[in-house]
Amino acid sequence: MSDPNNKPGLLQVLENLKNLPANAKASFSRRGPADGSRRTRAQTVFNNVFMHIHTVRIHRWSLKPTFTFGLGVASAASFIILAVTGIALMIYYEPSTTGAYESVKNITFVVPGGRLIRNVHRWAAYMMVVTVFLHMIRVFYTNSYKKPREFNWVLGVILFVLTLALSFTGYCLPWDQLAYWAITIGANIAGSPVEVTDALGVTHLVDVGAMQKELMLGSKFVGGPALLRFYWAHCILLPVAMIVLILAHVWRVRKDGGLSRPSDITDEDLKGTPIEELAEEAFSEKSRKSYGLMCVVRNKTAAVDRGPERTVMSWPHLFNAEMLIFAVLLVVLLILGLLVDAPLKELANPSVPENPAKAPWYFLAMQEIISYSAFCGGMVMPGLTVVFLMGIPFLDREEGDSGRWFVGDGVKRTTIKTTIVSSIVIIGMLAFTVTFGWLRNWFPDINQIWITIVNPGTVLMSFFVVIAFAVIAKTRSTRLGMTVLFTYFLVSFVILTYFALVHRGPNWDFYWWPSLWPTH
Amino acid sequence: MDSEEKKSDSGDRRDFVGKCAAGAFVGAVGLAAAGSLCGLKPSVLPDPSEQFKIGSGQDFPVGSVKVFEKENVAVFSEPDGLYAISLVCTHLGCIVSLNAKEGQFDCPCHGSRFTLKGKVTRAPAPKPLPWFKITAQPSGALMVDKGISVESGTKVVV
Repeated sequence: MSDPNNKPGLLQVLENLKNLPANAKASFSRRGPADGSRRTRAQTVFNNVFMHIHTVRIHRWSLKPTFTFGLGVASAASFIILAVTGIALMIYYEPSTTGAYESVKNITFVVPGGRLIRNVHRWAAYMMVVTVFLHMIRVFYTNSYKKPREFNWVLGVILFVLTLALSFTGYCLPWDQLAYWAITIGANIAGSPVEVTDALGVTHLVDVGAMQKELMLGSKFVGGPALLRFYWAHCILLPVAMIVLILAHVWRVRKDGGLSRPSDITDEDLKGTPIEELAEEAFSEKSRKSYGLMCVVRNKTAAVDRGPERTVMSWPHLFNAEMLIFAVLLVVLLILGLLVDAPLKELANPSVPENPAKAPWYFLAMQEIISYSAFCGGMVMPGLTVVFLMGIPFLDREEGDSGRWFVGDGVKRTTIKTTIVSSIVIIGMLAFTVTFGWLRNWFPDINQIWITIVNPGTVLMSFFVVIAFAVIAKTRSTRLGMTVLFTYFLVSFVILTYFALVHRGPNWDFYWWPSLWPTH
Repeated sequence: MDSEEKKSDSGDRRDFVGKCAAGAFVGAVGLAAAGSLCGLKPSVLPDPSEQFKIGSGQDFPVGSVKVFEKENVAVFSEPDGLYAISLVCTHLGCIVSLNAKEGQFDCPCHGSRFTLKGKVTRAPAPKPLPWFKITAQPSGALMVDKGISVESGTKVVV
């Protein structure tokens, strides 16, 4: 086909080559030259598959640092850093009992830059656990899980569990003493239903514990097949699930009307967030097609009800904020990675456990309740906690304002009261257990089922469930009831983690300080 | 009224066929997935044999105790016979250490304690340490089979 506008012969080819950079750029960005107008800035967002998960305009409240503290973005940023460093580590890592330890040692001491990459991977994993946890706290106390965001809260809880699972499976890969005994303990937690089937005397009929354990290890014992399964879960299964759910999570944030925000925002509140002059073109009657599409979101959109004057263009304001968080996080992780090495203990030795054999710090609260009963502390209570967390938005349907910290009548007071009461009760319970022991010490021949059901963990949990019901009965507010339970969960997590970290020594005995541990 | 009923009737019928199709699809995919999941459980486990030799009767003078570190088994010799006891904690699988001074086993992971006969004296271990079967070979060599546990208190006279 000939084009009459074409120049003759090779001249047209030369002309096209001359225009190649400009044309390539235009085809890449799907828009005309960037002239800084609102239209091209909007197009930058919605014409790009990666950016159109953001809205074109964003409410200034969402950019308020003291509302979100950027925790969601920091979690996603940690995940990106983990993915990149993790892919780099996979080049050298070898998932076998004979090769794993050696390859991690090589990464640390032989591969150029390997030590830093491994350190950053480790620190980013810690960072992600922390930011995901804090992000959940932010969403809870700003009352942001309410309709229509219930399902996104559930997705968030699943992401939290996935984060912990990724962390655990990664912890096991170096095949050093830490790794070996972590897998051993994890596998026996999976096998712990045998505690109940044994007590009921039905293990020979249905051995759920052994089945779960075998599925996890691919064998009866911890060895090569187990390492391969953990590697598979850590590098393929869990990351893919994570990516899919992160996308769904972020997409739902947008479709549910952006971040939550209160109904009574004043200009004073928005001080310090970016502001833009109102543009005629963006909100004229002749708005472009894509703006029409932007309205297909539930609830309040950026420009509905509150008026457009409190929104700004996402490009560049939202992206600036995101890049800032990403950059700061990366710098922090690099500094940590340069200063503090990820641990690598001696090669796994199946006959000598570490003493004390402690899990990574974010599992220590669980390890403390596991030290009461493996099945109850390792499966039932964590399971109930996850179910409770997912259930929060369905148990508490109160319509209230959201988007401010501790918004709602009595929420702040209830939080403070619960913090004080639960601190006292939990510390009291720990002191009691350390001093007097528990059922097994008093009745050596007691059936295990009683300890599985009645142990310090379940006693505390039931106590606060009763308190939560009492609060709901008295105040007729499910929001306050949930506040009691969630706050108790946080306080117990913090106290138990601290207690297991500092006050548990060899043989899981109580010590006032690690320096008092007996030396061998 | 009549025609309306008819309409909803035929709607139900179409609905039924549709549901059957959807159900068949879900069933087929579900069963296929469940079938594939069986692959997660190998039909032969890649585990080493659970039997091992511990020597002959002369190696166990009365009152002695021998710890087999690789196998995580301790063999006690008492006036009324030998017994082999597991050193794997029944709580979460850590290896208990023989605390000869106190005459007990200590678990380093969560603080379980056992008597030298395997009885739990401190939680969280849910059950006693198992005793394993000891058999004598025709040659006089003694074998311990970790796959077969025997009643606590079952001793073997050599």
